Amino acid sequence: MSELTTKTIAELREGFRSGEFTAREIAESFNNAVAAAKSLNAFTVETPDDALAAAEAADKARGSGELSPLAGIPLGIKDLFATRGVDTTAGSNILKGFRPPYESTVTSNLRKAGAGMLGKLNMDEFAMGSSNETSAYGPVISPWRRKGSNVGLTPGGSSGGSAAAVSAGIAPGVTGTDTGGSIRQPAAFTGISGIKPTYGRCSRWGIVSFASSLDQAGPMARTVRDCAILLEVMAGFDPKDSTSLDLPVPPWETNLSSNLNAKRIGIPKEYRIDGVPAEINALWDQGIEWLKDAGATPVEISLPHTRYALPTYYIIAPAEASSNLARYDGVRYGLREEGVKTLDDMYAATRAAGFGAEVKRRIMIGTYVLSAGFYDAYFTKAQKVRALIKQDFARAFEQCDIILTPTAPSAAFGIGETTDPLAMYLNDVFAVPASLAGLPAMSVPGGLDAQGLPLGLHLIGNELDEQAVLNAGLAIEERAGFTAKPDKWW
Amino acid sequence: MADAIAPYRIKGETGEWEVVVGLEVHAQITATKSKLFSGAATAFGAEPNTQVSLVDAAMPGMLPVPNKECIRQAVRTGMALDAVINRWSRFDRKNYFYADLPQGYQISQLYHPLVGEGEVEVLTDEKDESSAKRIGIERIHVEQDAGKLMHDQHPTMSYVDLNRCGVALMEIVSRPDMRSPAEAGAYLRKLRAILRYVGSCDGNMEEGSMRADVNVSVRKPGGELGTRTETKNVNSVRFVMQVVEHEAKRQIELLESGGSVSQETRLFDPDKSVTRSLRSKEDAHDYRYFPDPDLLPLELDELFLAECKASLPELPDVKRKRYEALGITPYNASVLTAEVETARWFDALLEAGAEPKQAANWVVAELFGALNRRGENIEASPVTPARAAELLGLVADGTISGTIAKQVFEIMLESGEGAAEIVEKRGLKQNSDTGAIDAEIDKILAANADKVEQYKAGKQQLFGFFVGQTMKATAGKANPQVVNERLRAKLA
Repeated sequence: MSELTTKTIAELREGFRSGEFTAREIAESFNNAVAAAKSLNAFTVETPDDALAAAEAADKARGSGELSPLAGIPLGIKDLFATRGVDTTAGSNILKGFRPPYESTVTSNLRKAGAGMLGKLNMDEFAMGSSNETSAYGPVISPWRRKGSNVGLTPGGSSGGSAAAVSAGIAPGVTGTDTGGSIRQPAAFTGISGIKPTYGRCSRWGIVSFASSLDQAGPMARTVRDCAILLEVMAGFDPKDSTSLDLPVPPWETNLSSNLNAKRIGIPKEYRIDGVPAEINALWDQGIEWLKDAGATPVEISLPHTRYALPTYYIIAPAEASSNLARYDGVRYGLREEGVKTLDDMYAATRAAGFGAEVKRRIMIGTYVLSAGFYDAYFTKAQKVRALIKQDFARAFEQCDIILTPTAPSAAFGIGETTDPLAMYLNDVFAVPASLAGLPAMSVPGGLDAQGLPLGLHLIGNELDEQAVLNAGLAIEERAGFTAKPDKWW
Repeated sequence: MADAIAPYRIKGETGEWEVVVGLEVHAQITATKSKLFSGAATAFGAEPNTQVSLVDAAMPGMLPVPNKECIRQAVRTGMALDAVINRWSRFDRKNYFYADLPQGYQISQLYHPLVGEGEVEVLTDEKDESSAKRIGIERIHVEQDAGKLMHDQHPTMSYVDLNRCGVALMEIVSRPDMRSPAEAGAYLRKLRAILRYVGSCDGNMEEGSMRADVNVSVRKPGGELGTRTETKNVNSVRFVMQVVEHEAKRQIELLESGGSVSQETRLFDPDKSVTRSLRSKEDAHDYRYFPDPDLLPLELDELFLAECKASLPELPDVKRKRYEALGITPYNASVLTAEVETARWFDALLEAGAEPKQAANWVVAELFGALNRRGENIEASPVTPARAAELLGLVADGTISGTIAKQVFEIMLESGEGAAEIVEKRGLKQNSDTGAIDAEIDKILAANADKVEQYKAGKQQLFGFFVGQTMKATAGKANPQVVNERLRAKLA
């Protein structure tokens, strides 16, 4: 039944419901695919029994006529989500062996809807990275390769394991998290779709925090429809998260429509930046044509503070992270370095051994920008700029309904090719402004570059207007006809 | 008008010094039985680590959710202190590492506290209204408590108890408006009384639900403010007064011997009654305060505020003035309102119909005396307000005399019987029958003809002798007023 792994979630759902195949057959197919793809290093833990147990429950329920929204669908879960009794490490040595006695709200929602878990997905340590190279488990290898090359490429990050699993066909859908592009950039690098909803749509309860004011969970899958199906289940008000939005979840899937008549597509002039390959700008122009074809009218808009978004992000996110990661102190759980004399020595030794270089760098940046004497110049200023960036978008959405940009300034790069942290941070230059503004945003595959690597188009919607994002995504998906798949080498 | 109270001055080698005191009082919100950001319980004295939620232990991915009732209690407290309630406030993180602080930060309010400026009126001498002084409140913010390290459980290791971790505290910050140990003591007592009236904090200093950081500096009277020291976690009114006294003396000696006071944190040793340095300003943490991104700002609507306001009880100052207006002496009014339990008991007594002035005198003299003797507090008084009102009513309507009332009260304390029942059963009713009293008086005057002569000749003080004899003959039950009247008539 290996062809099951080529199906979308919507197709699997349909086949399972009609009795064409069982949930058990689906789970076994994906379990086998996961087991056979170890060279991708996409999973940190495999949980085939979990997937099978959910499948059996789904098959039994179908027998009695019950059909949960995700019955029979096995998913991969990013290692940032707490999963009861299953290692949850955020890709870090400091949490090695940590098994939470609780389940995150988002994964609880998925389980209640009938989904099973194939395993935990590799990621950049504490979601800090754009290439999956900062993981304590080693980098994820993208299923994609440049034409005629065997060089290992990154799947992007931080949701690199998630992206690799979907693009390699070893999971039909996965969870990701996006703080400053961590769903969208890897989706673009691997030719899949991924959406970050409006901040507050998905509960953050039980997701290991990176930067609380930016972190949002979202789905990654092969199609826009699959993203809508998963997001409907993941989202929803959670009283355990004070920043969760107390709003009903719209029927995004039912309302999917690629008819964009009377819609205005904003094209921000500030996103035409130097050093972006011509292929990417060409794809962007192509995207505009596709949306016009779907009935939309392009309008040029201005987001004047765009150039300050990346520096602003790299003040706010590390500041929050430096505080959020203080709890990893060796006292209650996770790693503890013994053989030291004082409490302070234990903290220092534990955190030195437990955190990787990028996490340490961000903790230091964050500690610096919050410290006395620098706080106003950095943190307060960054908060002000963040407000201006939000204002830019609010004004832009008076003139348009949806914004189209490229997702990332390049296609996937080789593992080890980008060593300068600042160059790495540039990966998220198009993704970060929407994160700072808390807006829904999505990457959908647009085509391949000259080297045969996927490129993504990026859609940013107004607050709470995930529907516009999904609809525009669907319009591109239908017109781009992106069917390329990586050649199986693993 | 009493003379103004002389200011508190400390004599040093170089002349007189003035002490300047400000208090930061940490009051646990005991009205709620759960923590500030988690549902965990807060009972005192529970087994270690039995009242700890996943949030309190700072497990990965856990998030704080504000406990609305804690916010409500802090707002009510602010209102009781005549303070500005900020419609918009926010929680900040105070970052530092310690084993009793699982998150690695304390959630507090630095930049935008829930409650702004207010004030408290204190009397340093409760018999003297002219000793009244207003102490400014700078702010009240709401914050989490930390856990506790236990160093006595193991020879080489320390244990951590997280039961207190996340418990809701109000930090009530005063202005540096106090100028003596007595004022500091009076302020703390008054604050405690108000919190207990409001019900937000039980004021139990032994159990740690209230403790104070004492800021002390000295200066030449009227001069520039000196450098202050902060003595942390002082847990009784007496200790706070001792800290002010000793710390002022220490600073003066230091200054007069050519030294200088360094801004530092100190600890009080109650056994030796001294303070010692804990850490200097140079070692002070950089707490890197910033707004907690896990929490939204607190926005209070008018309906919520109106409900808080409506729920406030009559507060000590208002009650005291009401009592005074009822004819109760300022001293009695002050004593009766100092503790919420006393005031509650006294209000019930008035409600049961007792005459205020008589009732106040009786409570302060008789009831307090009896309770003291018996080692009981007023809530456990064997005589209820209703029973006491019955007793006082018997005195007021002349059924028994004040002297008999004391006897009846003693019997009530022991037997739990009602006053009227005791008077009836034991025949203690006052005799106002003029015929019977006249008969006794006639007998006494006849038996003491010589004294009658002397009285009539001008020895007025003998009148008391005739009264005493009559009362004795009637076993104390004759109505003294009637006895007086009849004697005057017969001796005229």
